[in-house]
Order: sequence, then C-alpha cells, then structure tokens
Amino acid sequence: MAIGKEQVLTSVEQRQPLLQLDRLCKSFGAMRANEDVSISIYPGEIHAILGENGAGKSTLMKMIYGVLAPSSGRIVWQGEEVTVQSPAVARSLGIGMVFQHFSLFETLTVAENISLSVPESAAALSPRIAEFGQRFGLPVDPLALVHSLSVGQRQRVELIRCLLQKPRLIIMDEPTSVLPPSGIPPLFETLRTLADEGCAILFISHKLDEIRSLCQRATIMRAGKVVGAVDPTRETNETLARMMIGRELPHPTRVPAKPGETPAMEIRNLTSVPTDPFGVVLNDVDLTLRPGEILGVAGVSGNGQKELASILSGETTLPRAERERILIDGVACGHMNAGQRRALGLAFVPEERNGRGAIPEMNLVQNTLLTAHANGLVRRGFINRKEARTLADRCIADMDVRCQGAYAEARSLSGGNLQKFIVGREIMLKPKVLIVAQPTWGVDVGAAAAIRQELIRLRDDGVALLVVSDELEELFEVADRMQVIFRGRLSPSLTRAEASTATIGSYMTGGFLDRPADSEAEAA
Amino acid sequence: MAWFTFLISGTLLAATPLLIAALGEVIVEKSGVLNLSIEGMMSVGAVVAFIVVLYSGSHWLALVAGGMAALALSVIFAFVVLLALGNQVVSGLAVGLFGIGVAGLVGKPYENMTVAPMQRIDVPLLSDIPVLGPGLFHHPLPVYLAPLLAVLLWWMLKYSKVGLVLRAVGESPESANAVGYNVVGVRFLAIIFGGFLAGVAGAFICIASSTLWADGMIAGRGWIVIALVMFAMWRVERVIIGAYLFGAASIGELLVQSAGISVPSQLMTSIPYIVTIVAVSILSMDGKRVRLNAPVSLGRVYLGTH
Amino acid sequence: MRAPWMIEPRTSLSPFLSLVPPLAAVLTTIVGGVVLLTFLGISPGAALFQLFLAPFSSAFNIGEVLLKATPLLLIAQGLAIGFRAKVWNIGAEGQLIVGAIGGSLLPIFYNDSQNPLMIGGMMLIGMLCGMGWAAIAAALRTRFNANEILVTLMLNSLALQLLYYLVGGPLRDPHGFNFPQSALFPDVAMLSLLSSAGRVNTGLLVALAVSVAAWLFVERSLIGYKLQVGGVAPEAARYAGFKESRAIWLSLLIGGAAAGLAGVFEVAGPLGQLQRVVSPGYGFAAIIVAFLGGLNAIGILFAAFFMAVIYVGGNIAQASADVPYAVISILQGMLLIGYIVARVFVDYRVVFPWSLAKVS
Repeated sequence: MAIGKEQVLTSVEQRQPLLQLDRLCKSFGAMRANEDVSISIYPGEIHAILGENGAGKSTLMKMIYGVLAPSSGRIVWQGEEVTVQSPAVARSLGIGMVFQHFSLFETLTVAENISLSVPESAAALSPRIAEFGQRFGLPVDPLALVHSLSVGQRQRVELIRCLLQKPRLIIMDEPTSVLPPSGIPPLFETLRTLADEGCAILFISHKLDEIRSLCQRATIMRAGKVVGAVDPTRETNETLARMMIGRELPHPTRVPAKPGETPAMEIRNLTSVPTDPFGVVLNDVDLTLRPGEILGVAGVSGNGQKELASILSGETTLPRAERERILIDGVACGHMNAGQRRALGLAFVPEERNGRGAIPEMNLVQNTLLTAHANGLVRRGFINRKEARTLADRCIADMDVRCQGAYAEARSLSGGNLQKFIVGREIMLKPKVLIVAQPTWGVDVGAAAAIRQELIRLRDDGVALLVVSDELEELFEVADRMQVIFRGRLSPSLTRAEASTATIGSYMTGGFLDRPADSEAEAA
Repeated sequence: MAWFTFLISGTLLAATPLLIAALGEVIVEKSGVLNLSIEGMMSVGAVVAFIVVLYSGSHWLALVAGGMAALALSVIFAFVVLLALGNQVVSGLAVGLFGIGVAGLVGKPYENMTVAPMQRIDVPLLSDIPVLGPGLFHHPLPVYLAPLLAVLLWWMLKYSKVGLVLRAVGESPESANAVGYNVVGVRFLAIIFGGFLAGVAGAFICIASSTLWADGMIAGRGWIVIALVMFAMWRVERVIIGAYLFGAASIGELLVQSAGISVPSQLMTSIPYIVTIVAVSILSMDGKRVRLNAPVSLGRVYLGTH
Repeated sequence: MRAPWMIEPRTSLSPFLSLVPPLAAVLTTIVGGVVLLTFLGISPGAALFQLFLAPFSSAFNIGEVLLKATPLLLIAQGLAIGFRAKVWNIGAEGQLIVGAIGGSLLPIFYNDSQNPLMIGGMMLIGMLCGMGWAAIAAALRTRFNANEILVTLMLNSLALQLLYYLVGGPLRDPHGFNFPQSALFPDVAMLSLLSSAGRVNTGLLVALAVSVAAWLFVERSLIGYKLQVGGVAPEAARYAGFKESRAIWLSLLIGGAAAGLAGVFEVAGPLGQLQRVVSPGYGFAAIIVAFLGGLNAIGILFAAFFMAVIYVGGNIAQASADVPYAVISILQGMLLIGYIVARVFVDYRVVFPWSLAKVS
C-alpha cells in the first residue's frame, strides 16, 4: 500500500526542503514510539501528518520542537544538520508550535503570556498583538487573563505567540479539536494566509475531511512508522482511513432506541458555582435521562463539561437543601458522594483515566476494588483478595483488555486498554445509569469502536447512558438524542433527525439562547 | 512610656529576621518549591555568623558569611528536590534536621561565649523624637534594609520579566519548559536565593538581636516564617505586615515581664505559636482565595522533559 | 542548570530493587558517621566501633537499642499509615509529650496506689491525650483547611511549653526540692523489665504487636486501602467516593494514639517520672524511620532498629569521646537524604547521557 517516498519527492518541486527528518527513532524503554521516520517539508506548504491515536505523531512533533530528544536519526533544517536540545533552540531556528494542550499560564494576562516568549515587555506588546489579530483574523484582548478565555480564544493566543516569533515552520497539534464547526473555516483561512506568505505548516490531525480540504501533502503514520505519503486532495476518506489504520474504518451497528417511561436520572434547574476559581458556572441545567437511551452532550471543550460530569457523578456534591435537584430512580441524591450514588445504581467513566478512573501505581486487582469493593469483595472490613482477583480477571477477559495479567500496574496499559478496563469495571457493577465522559479520548480506533459498540449494547439492555464528548462524529454514531452545553447552559434536546451538523454547530456557539448577547458571536 | 519605646523597638528587632527569611521563602515558593528546611538554614547562618564576628569583628562580613553557609545547605536541598526528585516535604525535613545538627556540632565549642552586638545607627534628627525616636530610629542598619529589600522584591515580582518567569515556572513548570525556560535552573536560583536570605536572617538573630550562640536559639522561627508566607498569601506586601505582627507577638513575653504582671512565662512563649495556628486556620478557610494565590505547582515533583 | 540525567517513570518494580534505597541510606550513614567522627579527631576504627558496633557489644547495650527502638517503632507504624494517605503529621513529638503528661496523671495523683490496673489506665489515658492533641490538627484541617504540617509543628512547640509549665508547677513533686519533675511513679505504674541485664521492657512486645496490626490494617483492610488511594491518587478517591475528611481524621488519630502510647512508655519505663525532657526527638526520628522503612510495616521494623542503633551509638560516643550530641541529628538527616536520593534510581529509570551515546 505504502507509496515509495522517492516517488512522491520527485513529484514535488525541486526546491531545498525547509525541514528534513532522516530516519528518526525514539524509544521509551522497550516501546518504540517512532521508527525510521523520514519526512521532507517545503516552504509554503501545508503538510498533514495523519495517524490515529498512538501512531507516534506527538512524539515526532516533540522531537522536532526539542521537547524530546531522538534516540537516533538526523534533523536537517535548511540544509544543515541540527540538534534541537530544547524548545528555545527550536524557536531560534524558526520553528513554532501550537500545542493541543496549551502551554499558557492561566493566572497571567494574554500580553504577559506572550511576553514570556519574546524579548519585548508585556506593555510594549499590546499594540502588536492587536495588529497581528487584525492581519490574520485572530482577535483577542491583550489585557485579558487567560483563565477567563474560551478554549478557542486561547488557541488564538497560542497562534499569535507563535507568529510574533516570525516562524518559518508552525507545528499545529490537532488544532480543530477545540473549535466549534463554525470556528474551523476561519482558522483554515488564517493558515492559508500564512502559507501564502511562505510559512510552512505541519498540521497534525486524525480528521480526514479537514486534511483533504486544507493540505497539499499528507504523510501517514501507523504504529510509529511512516506508511505512506500522498496528495490528500486526490484521496477519499476511505483510502486515507485504510492507510491510517490498515483496514476499513469500523462503524458500530445500531437499531432505534426503545427508551422506558420512568426517568432513570433527572436534573432539575441546577445552578452550581464550582470551587475551582477557574471553573465554569453551571446555569439552570435541566436534563432527563430514560432507561434504554443514550443522551449525548456535545459542546466545545471548556464550556462546563467537566463540571457537569463531576456534579452528576457525585465528586462534587450539592448542599443538603438542594438534594432534590438531582434524582436517580426518583431518589433525591444531590448531597450524596460518588460512593453513595453508586449504591443507587450510578456508574461513571471519567475523562481522565490515570489518577481518576484508575490508580496508575496500583495493579488491576486493586483498581477493581476502587469502585467494585461493595460487590462482595470485602468481609468484616478485610479485602477478599481471591474474589477481587476473579472479578479483575473477568473484566480483562470480557473487554479483551491487553495486559500482562491482573497484577499488571494500571500505568503499564495503553490508553485504549486502560479505558476498556475501566468501562468493563463500571459495567460489571450492573448500573442503571452509566455516565461516560470522553469515552474514546486518546484511544486507538479499534478500542474506540469496541467501546462504542459496548455502550450501544448496554443501551439495548435497558441501561440509561449519558455520553459527554468533544467529538461530534462520536456522538452522531452513538447518541439517540443530543443536548449541547455552552457556557454552563444546556440546550434543548435534539433527536437524531433534528441534530444536523449545522444546528449543533449553531448551538455550540450559543444559538439556543434567547438573548443573542449571551452567545459567542465572535467565535464564528 | 518606656514600655512603648520598648514595644516598638523590640518588634522591629524581632520582625526583621522573620521578614528577611520570609522574603526568601516567598521567592522559593513562587517558583513552585516548598522549602521546609528554613529552621536548619537559619541555624547554620546563625552559628557561622557568630564565629565570623568572633574572629573578624565584622558584623557585615558575618551576615554575608551566614548567608553563604545557608546557601551551601540550600544547594543540598536543591539537589535533593530538583534532581533526585525527592518529595519536598520530606526533603525539607531531612535537610533541616541535617542543618540543625551541623549548627549544633559546629557551635559546640562556642557556647557560653559572647560577641559585641551589631552597631546601632541613629537616624539623624528622627532618632531625637521623644518615645518614637529611640523605638523606631535607633537600630542596626539591616532593620531598615529589610523593608527596602521587600519593596524591591515586590516590584520585581509584579513588574519585571524575572518576576514573570518566576511566576510562570511556579504556575506550570510543564508549560514554562515548553515555552523554553529552564525550569530546574530557575528553581535552583530561587532556592539558593531563599537559602541565602534564611542564613542572613539567622545571622541577624545571633549577632544583632542577641550576642551569643546557643543550640536551638532559632526556636521555631523557621517554621513561623513558613506560616508567615502562607498567611501573606504569597504576596510580598502582606509578608511585610505579617512579619511585624508576628514580631510584636513574639516580644509579648518580655513586655509582660517588664510590666511585672504575673503570667506563666510558658504561656507568653506560646503566643506566636497560637497566633500562627489561628492565623493559618482563618486564612485557609476561604479555599478559593488560597487556590487563586498559591503557586499552582507548589510542592509537586517536576519530572522534567528531555 | 539542567539535570545531568534523563528520567522516565518505571512501570514495574522488582522486589529486590525496593531494598536498595534503605540499604544505600544505611551505608551512606555509616560511612558519613565514620568520616564525621574522623574529622572530630577520632580514628576511623574507633568511630566505627563506637557508633555502630558498640551498641551490640553487651547485653546491656543491646537492651538499650531495643529500649529506644520501642517508641520509634510504635510512632513510625502510626505515622506511616498517615503518610501513605499523604496526611503530613509532623507533630508526633508533641503528641508523645501530651501522651506522657496524660499517662503521668494517675501515678502522680494516686502515688500510693497498689492497683495493678494502673498501667493499663495510664496507657489508655496517654493514647487518648495523644489522639486529642492530634485531633486539633484534624479538626482545623477538615473544617478550615488549615495546613496540617504547620499546625502539628506549632502544636509540638505548644506541647513542650505545656510540659514545662506543668512540671514546673502543678505536677511538680512537692517533696522534690523544687526540681522541675514529678514524684517518682509507684511500682504498679511501671512496665516490667524483659531482662535483668538491661532496661528494655514489655513496651517492646506491645510495639511488636502494634506492628502486626499495622501490617494487617494497611495490607488487608478496606480502610487501609481507601487511605492509600487517597494518598496516591486523591482524584481517584473522590471518584470512588472515599471521604477525604475521614482519611484525615483516621490518619491523625492513629498517629496521635501511637505517639501518645510511646509517651506513656517513656515515663512508665526508663524515666519513672514526668520531667522536662521526655523524648530525645523520637517524634521526629520516627518520621525518618517511617520513610526509611518504605512506609511498610515490615520495613519499619528494621528501620526502627537501625535508628535506635544511631541513638545508642551516639550516646556511647558522647560518653566515651565527648562527641557532641548534635552528631545524632546530622546522622539522622544523612540517613533520610541518602534514602531520598537513592529512591530516584528505584522509582525512575535514570538514563545518563554517556550510556545513551553507547546505545545510539
């Protein structure tokens, strides 16, 4: 399948490449994250690095940007071999990077953040920030504190910071994952303007449509290796996917839902101010979840998804007086903690696996105890280790978790396998209500498909499911109904038929609110 | 009115070392490192300063020498927490204990000796004001330099690039590294700066507030310094206020004795400890404010990325 | 300054590797101690003998080691449970003092008593007093979120002042020529000796029994598991619904009870009365013991024993060669620093640049 590299290179102009990667390798212990990766990038091109989670894209970018040191291989910049010891070196060469998880400081202002990367003082920068914002369509207030910005605005700050250093190459790591659909075209416009000015852009993504509409060339990675280099405009989603995962893109099968009548979980007019000073206030949230249906909660990240999940799970509790605002199976439980709600039949898969859904330093038997200890694993206060072991083994077998047995530490598992383990553990609790936040974040395509299929199976068994996800495609696959969260408010529910990309997209920027002043007009 | 003069004068003298050491600790904690070994660093600074005065007669040399000795100890601390990735709480206790031991050992032959106290400066004109004059304006020079240093550090943290970098490293070492700053380097400099000031503070106690060395003479001031920083919510301007408040609390014992009131001396000695507990409790109540002000990465091990 | 090495977390630990840090720390301390005493003008051989071998040279000295290991073992087992939950009780010294005060009340006020139950009552009161002192920190932490490190440290200083006040006044022996100490305890208030050769007493047996209980609690009980999850991954504990306040209370109360009991064992053992000095820093040394033992009940057994050797060796060196007592603090600091530094090689894969060059 792989097309020879030389073949592609000859089809490109015979200019000197801006950046040449020559047989780069990177190992972490026994794991080979990158193996013999060779890529050439030319000035003014938008070059995609395409690969699924765990294919080694991030490792590769971090080596180019000097965050990680290659185990072997060469990096050639404008014809000269270079050693990029640190991001500072990368920037002095003219390489800029916009991270997927931003490297901004929340307690500092936009101008202060930017001044950390350039010689000028924060005060001197403000007019230049405004000027750049104008020129590239990136408006942002230089004096705003970063924690008050939306995720999309933060991305603009990152991009401006990068541009102020006059880079010749900009690396963008999954930039569209933090944008509403309406935010994507303006970003692409900005990127095309940059490319026209001669700047090369390395665009990392696993979203096939975006790559096909934006990029002139794409290098496809799988399991740490380059498996092909193509012109994406001449490919289809199917051919790209096949190269990316080595087989057809799996889609879950589903039949229409048959939800029950009595709600399994309800939230009534909930307003909650988080203890985290940088958190989002949940405002007048209403939600009804019935057995046998999957409710999807869509939205641009940072609009209150975390706060909603934590208040549903019981990690955040309400005052006793407001306990009626959350009902599980008709029982008022707003004041109950996560353990007490679990006893009522609620199970939860959180978005962070390491340190929240599982304890990285502990083995899978101990991790089974975390939520399953009430299921006959404890006698007279002492742990029944045999029972716990049996349960862990069953979970591993049922969910096809690839690991070195039940006594493997959680941190030794890949993201996908650990997520399968956690989902499996929560399913074994036989919940009436299952809440899943970001079910497939950082999970490979195979595991993601398995998890989605499992969620649909649970729905068919009569479990009430609520899935919070930043990925619209995922919600379109699994959800029977959708609600959109924007600035801590939930939109009215949309059925599958009503939930077009356009409607959801408008809801994601506050289109469902009565007063348009509340919506994020400038996000478009 | 003599007691009032005494109150002011005693407060200034007692507050100065607290202020100096707390300023150092603010810088260290702003960079994201909790240094619990202040008590040991102050002890080392005190004993070295005493010996230097004894042999050289120069109090200024002694202050610097005390600072350098504590700086040497802080290099050990920096090594343990930055490179050996030790838990900051445990590492601080270990280095502190080590420092107290070293001070006790080095100072053993010098117990029961005394030196001349540091020269007091009469601020021209001002020191002639009745009551207030001798209380406020008749002190060794460091008493006036300490608040100046505080103003300087306040300006640095708020307005200078150095301060910005320090705050950034303390908030998110990962991001600071990604933006191109040397997190370990910045923290190292912060730690040795804090160590130096702790040593100067200990030296001041030994050769300006008193004139002798005794094992255990720091008497928990190192811990009060740490409480003071939390009390001040990591803000320099509040460190200044806090230092003088604690200074006043710590001379209550002498004051009561001089007034001839019969209160168990142990109760008076306990006042700063009780004040600390109450102050820390009251200030921590508003968890949101603590979280807004505390350096986000304080106490966390930073693995570094290479 | 950049780290001269690169660091990656390890994903699996071999049981042998976990023995390396404590052994390395012990070795560092032995070498450091010998070097230190050599600087003080003692020949290396004599230094090694006095610090680390003399404690085993006679039945009496071995008894002394076991005697000093008793409070260290007790307190460290209690503290380790809290440390695993990341509750930083630095106040064992104060809890020990208050326990000693509480335990002394019965023998001081019933000085003529022949009641054989007295020692039991003393242990109970001492434990309750230690718990009460620790409860102040627990209450302030859970109600006001006050940092327990600072509070327990201040409580240490307060406990000491309380002791000074009491032995100087209300609890002073009226026939004691105004010395700041209480009356001598009656026989029923004393622990019985285990051997005629030394001062080691039945407190050691209690400490060993507590160690077994601590092991069961930590390794086998659900509460022990919950405490540990709270320490390693607080968000996972919240996710599971384990109450943080309960972990704080339990950790501090267990630590306080153990330290209080150790305080009773001091006054009812080697001291025989309440005095101004009831502990040569056992409360702080036990923190080191807990970490040196890897916060593991079995490891702590060995660590307490080694720390006791340092105490006895330091005393012998002080008596025979006039070595300052401060040497003990230095050795304790070294022990802990050595342990922390060695831990990095066990918890992480440390890669030096020169070894990397060879690979590539």
